[in-house]
Amino acid sequence: MVQPQLPQATPDDEAGTTADLATETGRSSRDVASASQRRLIWWRFRKHRLAMVGLVLLVAMYVVAAFAGFFAPFSTTTYSGEHAYHPPQVPRFSLQEGLFVHPTTGHTDPETLAPVFTPDESEHVHLRFFVHGDSYRLLGLVETDIHLFGPSEPGERWYPLGADRTGADLLSKIIYGSQISLSIGLVGVAISLLLGLLLGGISGYFGGTVDAVLQRVIELFMSIPTLPLWLGLAASVPPQWGPVPTYPMITVILSLLGWTSLARVIRGRLLQIRDEDYVLAATLDGVPTTRIIFRHMVPAFTSHIIATVSLAVPAMILSETALSFLGLGLRSPAVSWGVLLQDAQNVNVIATAPWLLLPGVAVVLAVVAFNFVGDGLRDSADPYGKRST
Amino acid sequence: MLRSRRRRRMAPVRAPRELAAVAVPAEELSEPDAILDVQNLRTTFRTDAGVVHAVDGVSLTVRRGRTTCIVGESGSGKSATARSIIQVVDNPGIVEGGRILFRADPDGPVHDLAALSATGDGIRSVRGGQIGLVFQEPMSALSPVHTIGNQIAEVLQLHTDLDPKAIRERVIAELEAVGIPRAAERVDSYTFQLSGGMRQRAMIAMALIARPALLIADEPTTALDVTTQAQILDLLAELKRELSMTMVFITHDLGVVAEIADDVVVMRHGKVLETGPVDQIFHDPQHPYTRELLASLPQREEAATGAPSDEVPDRVEVSDAVDTTVRHDDDAPSETPLLSIEGLRMEFESTSGTMFSRRTTSRIVAVNDVSLQIARGTTLGLVGESGCGKTTLGRCVMRAYRPTAGALHYDDGENATDLATLTTAQLRPYRRLVRMVFQDPYGSLNPRMTVREVIGEPLRVAGIAQGSELDDRVESMLERVGLRRDMASRYPHAFSGGERQRIGIARALITEPRLVVADEAVSALDVSVRTQILELLAELQDELGLTYLFISHDLSVVRKICDRVAVMYYGNLVEEGPAAAVFDDPQHGYTQALLSAVPVSDPRLRGTRPRVVYRPEEAA
Repeated sequence: MVQPQLPQATPDDEAGTTADLATETGRSSRDVASASQRRLIWWRFRKHRLAMVGLVLLVAMYVVAAFAGFFAPFSTTTYSGEHAYHPPQVPRFSLQEGLFVHPTTGHTDPETLAPVFTPDESEHVHLRFFVHGDSYRLLGLVETDIHLFGPSEPGERWYPLGADRTGADLLSKIIYGSQISLSIGLVGVAISLLLGLLLGGISGYFGGTVDAVLQRVIELFMSIPTLPLWLGLAASVPPQWGPVPTYPMITVILSLLGWTSLARVIRGRLLQIRDEDYVLAATLDGVPTTRIIFRHMVPAFTSHIIATVSLAVPAMILSETALSFLGLGLRSPAVSWGVLLQDAQNVNVIATAPWLLLPGVAVVLAVVAFNFVGDGLRDSADPYGKRST
Repeated sequence: MLRSRRRRRMAPVRAPRELAAVAVPAEELSEPDAILDVQNLRTTFRTDAGVVHAVDGVSLTVRRGRTTCIVGESGSGKSATARSIIQVVDNPGIVEGGRILFRADPDGPVHDLAALSATGDGIRSVRGGQIGLVFQEPMSALSPVHTIGNQIAEVLQLHTDLDPKAIRERVIAELEAVGIPRAAERVDSYTFQLSGGMRQRAMIAMALIARPALLIADEPTTALDVTTQAQILDLLAELKRELSMTMVFITHDLGVVAEIADDVVVMRHGKVLETGPVDQIFHDPQHPYTRELLASLPQREEAATGAPSDEVPDRVEVSDAVDTTVRHDDDAPSETPLLSIEGLRMEFESTSGTMFSRRTTSRIVAVNDVSLQIARGTTLGLVGESGCGKTTLGRCVMRAYRPTAGALHYDDGENATDLATLTTAQLRPYRRLVRMVFQDPYGSLNPRMTVREVIGEPLRVAGIAQGSELDDRVESMLERVGLRRDMASRYPHAFSGGERQRIGIARALITEPRLVVADEAVSALDVSVRTQILELLAELQDELGLTYLFISHDLSVVRKICDRVAVMYYGNLVEEGPAAAVFDDPQHGYTQALLSAVPVSDPRLRGTRPRVVYRPEEAA
C-alpha cells in the first residue's frame, strides 16, 4: 500500500531548543545560550561514544607515528637472517627475572623445509622500559637510542608480533609504516581539499557556464575507472627513484583523483548557503562581497567540510595501501602498511607466517577510527538536528 | 488483473479477529452518542535529548455528526493527539497509555484502538476505511510517482471488493464531488500537475472515498491561500452535511474554528485546557489561556459589530479586469511621499532546456507596472496571495533585485534620489536608510554569529561605530526592542521565535532608518507572540517616526496596523487606498473575494456574509 508520506510531527516547543541542548549535553541553559557553534559541536561530539573511541584511537596512532623511533623496539634496518618468519614471542614473567623471553636459534627442518625455532631455556632476554637500543632521530631532530620497551641489552632480539622474511621485527615495521600510511591520507586530502575548495568554490560562486564546464570536467574524472588510471600514473614514476621523491608523487596521484567528490560537496553547500536569508540580510547591511563570503558563508560550512574530509582520509589510506600492495606505489626499502602487506601476497607464506597479515589489522583500525570520527562529526555538525535513539 | 489480485491479498484479513479482541462494552463510552472517546491518552517521544510528553493525559469526546476542532499553538500536541488516534505517530513516538474508544456505527460495537498493534490488520482496516485522514501539506502527503487516480483507487482496493473498472468510475465520481473540474482527465494526472487547492481536494477525495464514519483533518488549510482555504472549508462543510459524517479538525487558527466548529478542544503543552461548544468557548471562555488566545484575534472587534442580516446570497461571482487599479483617492497625501514607486516592473528570465537541446527563455513578470506612494510616518500594507509579487516588490524597494523598469523615488528631506538606477557602490548610504525585517526568524540570523555581531554588522562595515561605542549602541537597541543587555553575547539558537524576531527588528533599526520593509514579519509566529511584535512595531514607529512597508498575506493583521493598503494579484496592483476604505468598501472583484474569504472570528456571525468568488476577465 502506498502509505501517504507523513509530514513531520514537531513536538518541540520553541523555547525548548536550548533546554533540550542543555539536557543533552549535560550543561546549564546559561552555558548553552552563550556557547559558540564550535563549542556546541564539541559538546555534542563528546556524547557520541563511538566517535570518541575513534578519536582517542586516532590520536594514539598519530602520537605513535610521530615518535615511531621511541615506541618501536628496533629500527627498520636491523634484522637477523636466522630469525626469518620467527613467530610472535609472548613475554613471560618470573619474580627473579622480571619480564623476559628465551632467545631462540633457528634452523630449517630438512624434511618439511619449514623454519623451526628452538628456545634456549637457560638464557634470558630481559625486557625493560626505557632501554638503550638502535639509535634514531626523535622527530628527525634529536639523536637518541632510548626505546620505550624492549630487550635490556642492545643487540638482543625479541619479536612481539613475529618477524618478516628478512628477520626484522614486524611491530617496529608496522610502527614505522604508520608514518607514511597515516600521513599520506592527510597530505593527500589536504591537496584534494585545496583543489576542491578552489574549483568547487568557483563553480558554486560564479555558476552559469563556468559551473557547467567544471561539473562536466568532474564527471569526466569520475567516469574514469580508478584502478587502471592509478596503475598508469603510478607506472610513470621511475622505479629507480628512492622513497623520498616517490612519496609526494604518489600523494599527488591519489589526490588528483580524490578532489572531485570534495568539489561537489563544497559547490552544493555554497549554492545552498547563497540562498539563505542571512546572506541576503548581510547584503542589505551593505557588507562587501569578500566579507560576506569569508565572514558569513565560509564558517557555515566548515564543520561539514571537516566531516567530509575525515571521511575522505580513510579512502586515501586504503588507496595507498592498495597501490603499494600491487607493487606500484611505494617500494622497499620504504616502509608503509601496503608495502608490508606485499609479503602477504603468497598463500604459502600466510600459511606458515599468518602474522604477516597484521599490517592489515592496522589499516582496518585506522580506517574504522576515521569513519567513526567522521560520522560523529557529521552528526554533531548540526547541533539542532535531533538524533533519535 | 494480476496486479489487482495481488493487491487484494494485502487486504486486512485478520482484522475481524484483532478487532474482536479489543472490543469494549458500550457502557464505557462517556457519552452514548460519542463516535470517539479518548480517555487519558499519553504519547511520548523518547529522544536522546530527553523524553517529550507530546500528549500528556488527554481526554476528549467527539460526538457523532458534529465537527470538533482541536485548537492550540505549535507544540501543543494537537497533531500528536490526532496521529495517536490512528496510530501513525512519527518515530520515536509511542502511545504509552490511555484508551481510544471508537464506535463506527451508532449501534455497533465499541473498539479500543489504543490496544491494537500499530502495524496490525486491525488498525489498517480502520485507517482509511472507517477513519479518513487529510494532512496539512498535500504535496508531501500524496505520492509524486503515482497518479492521483491510482492513489485514491488503492483505498478502495483495500477496503472494498469492487472490480478495477467500477473503482475507476467511483474515483472519477469522487473527484467530481470534491469539485475538481474535468475529473475524467485529471484522474490520470500527477500531484505536481495540480495546484495546491486541487491537491488538497484530491487528498479529501482520497480520505472520503471509502465513506469513513470519522474524518480527521490535520491543519488541512494552513498551507493554502486564504481564498483557497475558504473554498476547502466550504467543501468540507458541504461534504460533511451530505455524507453525514463526523469531523475532527485540527487548526491553530481561531478564525477557522469560529467558521466550522461545533465543539472546541483547547490544547497547550500536551494537555487539554478547555472543552465546550463553540459558542461557549468564544463568548464565555473559562480558562485564562483561551481568553488570551481570543484577545490576540485582531479582527474580533470589527467582526462583532457586523449586523447579521437574513437575506444573504450564498455565493457571488464577480469579475474585473486585472490590469486596472482601483484607487480610493479621497485624502491623497499632499506632502512629498517618502517613497514613490512609479511604473515598477520586474521580470525574471527562466531558462529551460539542457546542454544539447535548444534553450528556451521564458519571461515571468513578477511585478507589472506598479505605482505606489508611501507617505512619511505611515504604514502601507501590501497584501496578496502567494506568488502575487508582493515579496518581489519589497525586494525591489530594498534593491536586492534590480528592477527591469520603473523608478523608486526616495525623498526624506535630506536625501532624494531614484533608488532604481543606483549602482551597488552608490546604494551604500541608502542601505542604512531603507531596512528590512525578514519573515523567517530562524533563517535570517546567522547561527554562527553572536547577537552582538549580527546587530552591529551594518554599523561595523559602514565604519560608523566600533569597539565599546558599537557595543553600547547594540545593547541600548536590544533594550529598546524589549530584550536584556546581557543577551548580546548569546547566539541566536538561545532565543525563541518571538525573541529572534525582536533581534531582527533591532538589526533593522540600528542604523536609524527612515523606511522599514517588513516582509511577512509576523507570519511565522504564534498568535500570542504575533500581537506582542505588532505592538512593538507600532511603538517604535511612534518613537522614531518610522515609515513601514508592511507586506503580509494576513488581512486581519494589515487591517489592524496599516494606514493605507495596496492589494496585488498576479503582479498587478488591483486596488489601493486608505485601509478603512479598502476594507469596508472594496471596489475591485479580487479584493471583494479576498475579504469575503477571511474567516469571521465569531461563531454567531457564521453564514452572515456572502462568499465572493473572483474570476478574472481575460485581459484584452
